[in-house]
Amino acid sequence: MKEILKNLDKAFENKIRLGIMSALMVNDFLDFNSLKELLQVTDGNLASHLKSLENSEYIIVQKEFQNRKPNTKYLATSVGKLAFTKHIKAIELLLK
Amino acid sequence: MNNQAYLEDLKMIKEMMSRSTRFISLSGLSGVFAGSFALIGAFLAYKTVYSNQDYLQFRKAVITSETLTTLLVIATGTLVLSLVAGILLSRRKAKKNMVKPWNSQAKRMLINLFIPLFAGGILSLIFLFKGYIGMVAPLTLIFYGLGLVNASKYTLTEIRSLGIAEIILGLLAAHFIGYGLIFWALGFGILHIVYGIIMHLKYKS
Repeated sequence: MKEILKNLDKAFENKIRLGIMSALMVNDFLDFNSLKELLQVTDGNLASHLKSLENSEYIIVQKEFQNRKPNTKYLATSVGKLAFTKHIKAIELLLK
Repeated sequence: MNNQAYLEDLKMIKEMMSRSTRFISLSGLSGVFAGSFALIGAFLAYKTVYSNQDYLQFRKAVITSETLTTLLVIATGTLVLSLVAGILLSRRKAKKNMVKPWNSQAKRMLINLFIPLFAGGILSLIFLFKGYIGMVAPLTLIFYGLGLVNASKYTLTEIRSLGIAEIILGLLAAHFIGYGLIFWALGFGILHIVYGIIMHLKYKS
């Protein structure tokens, strides 16, 4: 039991961070607006959760310009993907 | 956290994964409309191809350059009407789901649908202009089915079995080559209507 709980990730206790990570697991990348539309949250709220995931190195940010407008892409890192998979496995074990 | 919270988490993960990759605004009603237009189109095509013929004699499809033009007009009209209905109804559903109708999921689905569809369309036109009109119904059914199977990864999962059904009908139509129009009406008409109603009821579009 202790072993399982160890794999539960604090970063994914928050629903929005969990949602961001779920979406990034199945997409090569997503931009800020797609994530906002998907999760139905405010700009500030989303930005702060993205920042926290970035700080734990679960996602990386790529800034580029599209038709002279800044476009920010978010990608899941391999560290982030591994942590997410472990987290889901832990949840599934707990539910058994 | 208790089990209930974990279950909710899992549910949310699934929903986010599906919503971020799949085009969920596809309207079931648009299938019903497309199916009805296809049936009307098939009926008009039947009238065009089998006109001026004795009921009791063996009926042969007569294609002149004039009827060919009429057929192409019917086909284009059916396609345009179906697309317009599909776009309008899906836009309405997207509004209800609070997502943009034209998002990356929609783009991905359409690109994957149109690659086989475009290839099949060109091939059918080549056969048509070389006089092999019998090949048009089976080819359009098969390639449309392949397009649907290909696109189903990016939209509602029912589309996959609809695609497989279209492919089977297309292969049957290739064997029973004289009954192309009937298979065509079944595939593009009846199947669309049946699937449209099922999806409308399931997703309450």
